[in-house]
Amino acid sequence: MQLELSPEDQAFREEMREFFTTKFPQEIRDAVIAGRELTKEQHVESQQTLNAAGLAVPHWPEEWGGRGWSDLQRHLWTEEMQAAAVPVPLAFNANMIGPVLAQFGSQELKERFLPPTANLDIWWSQGFSEPDAGSDLASLRTTAVRDGDDFVVNGQKTWTTLGQYGDWIFTLVRTDPDVKKQAGISMLLIDMTTPGVEVRPIELIDGGHEVNEVWFTDVRVPADLLVGELNSGWTIAKFLLGNERVGVAPVGTTKRVLAQAKEYAGAQLDDPFTRARFVELENELLALELTALRVVAHSEGAEPHPASSVLKLKGTEIQQAVSELVLDLAGPAGLASGDGSGVPEWARHAAPTYLNLRKASIYGGSNEIQRQIIARTILGL
Amino acid sequence: MDFTYDDEQVALRDAVRGLVGKAYADFEQRRRTVADDPGFSEKVWAQLAEMGLLGLPFAEEDGGVGAGPVEIGIVAQELGRVLAPEPYLTSVVLAGGLVSAAGTPEQRAEVLGALSAGERVLAFAHDEEGSRWSSAATAVTATRDGDTWTLSGVKEPVPHGARADLLVVSAALPDGGTGLFLVDPAGAERTGYRTYDGGRAARVVLESTPATPLGAPGQDLESTIATVQDIGRIMAGHEALGAMEVALAATTSYLTSRKQFGVTLNTFQALTFRAADMYVSLELAASLVQWATMVLATGDAARTADAAARAALQVSRASRHVGQEAIQLHGGIAMTAEYSVGSFAAHLSALDHLLGDGQFQLSTLAARVADHRALDPLETSVG
Ligand SMILES: Cc1cc2nc3c(=O)[nH]c(=O)nc-3n(C[C@H](O)[C@H](O)[C@H](O)COP(=O)(O)OP(=O)(O)OC[C@H]3O[C@@H](n4cnc5c(N)ncnc54)[C@H](O)[C@@H]3O)c2cc1C
Repeated sequence: MQLELSPEDQAFREEMREFFTTKFPQEIRDAVIAGRELTKEQHVESQQTLNAAGLAVPHWPEEWGGRGWSDLQRHLWTEEMQAAAVPVPLAFNANMIGPVLAQFGSQELKERFLPPTANLDIWWSQGFSEPDAGSDLASLRTTAVRDGDDFVVNGQKTWTTLGQYGDWIFTLVRTDPDVKKQAGISMLLIDMTTPGVEVRPIELIDGGHEVNEVWFTDVRVPADLLVGELNSGWTIAKFLLGNERVGVAPVGTTKRVLAQAKEYAGAQLDDPFTRARFVELENELLALELTALRVVAHSEGAEPHPASSVLKLKGTEIQQAVSELVLDLAGPAGLASGDGSGVPEWARHAAPTYLNLRKASIYGGSNEIQRQIIARTILGL
Repeated sequence: MDFTYDDEQVALRDAVRGLVGKAYADFEQRRRTVADDPGFSEKVWAQLAEMGLLGLPFAEEDGGVGAGPVEIGIVAQELGRVLAPEPYLTSVVLAGGLVSAAGTPEQRAEVLGALSAGERVLAFAHDEEGSRWSSAATAVTATRDGDTWTLSGVKEPVPHGARADLLVVSAALPDGGTGLFLVDPAGAERTGYRTYDGGRAARVVLESTPATPLGAPGQDLESTIATVQDIGRIMAGHEALGAMEVALAATTSYLTSRKQFGVTLNTFQALTFRAADMYVSLELAASLVQWATMVLATGDAARTADAAARAALQVSRASRHVGQEAIQLHGGIAMTAEYSVGSFAAHLSALDHLLGDGQFQLSTLAARVADHRALDPLETSVG
């Protein structure tokens, strides 16, 4: 056992910190700190800045822009990025479809899609969930039927995050209705400008528009946009969802928000109860960060560590608890909103953020599903 | 000792439930109502007035009905059940309550009569930058010149401050203490906005704005404000109980209808147990709120203050638990504005932060923990 980082890792960390805090557009970091929603252009500018510096997809295979870093280095990269209020690369691109294409895609698909995916020239959406297929993803019903050189897709996806910005959507579709439900699913890439694709907005409880329904009516998709083998979609989805869980505990972001909250608190920090809440949350967060470090120090190869469920579960709970603390710090001022208000911006964002973050324990495999995974695969229950 | 409603109270509950239930039976109707200014239905407000509900807390000689806390609580709870956006709590219970407690007989008759008749919406302009549920005002100051008074400073957020026909404003008095004033909003600069639970609030800027002292000029009314805030806490507790009841009912009904993995969600014991825990939270909160309502009915301000803090603490804990779990057990659907459950959670949170959240009550109660050895809810006086 050893506490310190090696001199190389220490240098690596400083290099990251230096880049994120001095070479990255300040207005975007300021927007993140203020809790403002980023525009599409800001997301794109952000990721392209990172990509130009080789920092957008360092975890991909080296021939596609990966850096061959250790898991610990990847961890330090994420933490420093979040601590500096730099938006992380779009998860759909960097953590989901990118690694999937690199692992399962044909050479043509890799060449066609991986470079623009890394650079966010293509904005990907995730088209997995359907109204009746949430936690039970395998019961999805959107169909793709082979017709000559095309698949013809019909059905409806829902909860498509930022689908309004999407250029392409990676979908799970039913390609064989006659077998066990997991066995008849394939992954198909669909250009969202294809005739028959319709994106409809869903308004969320914080007033924002970040999710959508995506409808497919006789959408013709060239068959070479199938990822991997026909009917192998479930295996690919499991690989993707495993990756989704790894990055999902935003320790760096939560740490930054908690530290900012001390500034928001001002004189309220004189209250021992407020102090106690900070201490409790800081300690839980410390335990989570150290657990994340234990996981990265142990994980070998691409298989996610089973304890990544602990990170998702606890990470989202603490993230939500911190948003609750910030809302409480705003107190009666949290009712204020809009441009005509004199209440500080953070206090006006506190309640919408608190409400919006309820989603964190629902998506990406709900926290109940994570408990199920822990009970089953770790505890053998 | 009797925790049940008598026949008249049951009839009142059914009448209110009938009225607001009809107005907001369809959640879409509430959505449309809160989307447009003033954020509530003037028609429903008039109907509440017609039924005598807006005058419920006020003496008959002031144009009211002279009912007790139990009746007011019944109304609040029914409004909570449908998330009725009408400003009953802030306009009637708080602003009206202050006029009732501190106004001169003429002021009471004039203001409360019009309020009871549904002709005037009142707002209590009290929160100031950094004030955090205090019963005193410091940022808005009152200046006296002979018999004329003016106020200067900023009040924000003022619930329904933009729609209000009359503001009840707290202000620091020249000789110390906090006074209350009636202010014609025409003399103030108001910026209204939508709050996160679909309500309305405003920033109110006063600049040498003419004001009429409520009650005797120059009188320190801080303890009156504190008592009315306590009443507001108890009534907010009722509103929260109504909202929690319905959020829980929506959740249990969803668990028995939503299918995943080929079975309804109530097949998963982990989920049914969590619904059971929500029920436990709700019942405990209901007991404290009902108890506090009965304590309030005794008219003892010190006991009421204690009971209000205890009830508010329990309600704060329960509202967060029930609101958060209602969303979680529904999954994604509860995150949408179109489905009601998220709005229940949002309103529960807004109620929680209106007059002091759980931690605030905890601090208040903790400061007094050495004053008693054991709590006896049936005791007739504190100390
Ligand atoms: C804001 C937001 C953004 C999203 N973005 C995307 C996206 O971009 N692309 C995409 O494809 N999907 C997305 N999702 C969908 C998300 O993955 C699903 O919401 C999630 O899988 C849960 O499904 P559900 O909402 O249908 O809830 P359900 O599966 O109906 O679950 C309801 C409740 O039951 C619990 N539950 C379900 N099954 C079990 C069980 N077996 N044991 C115990 N408890 C159980 C759940 O944990 C939950 O509490 C998003 C969701 C949200 C809210």
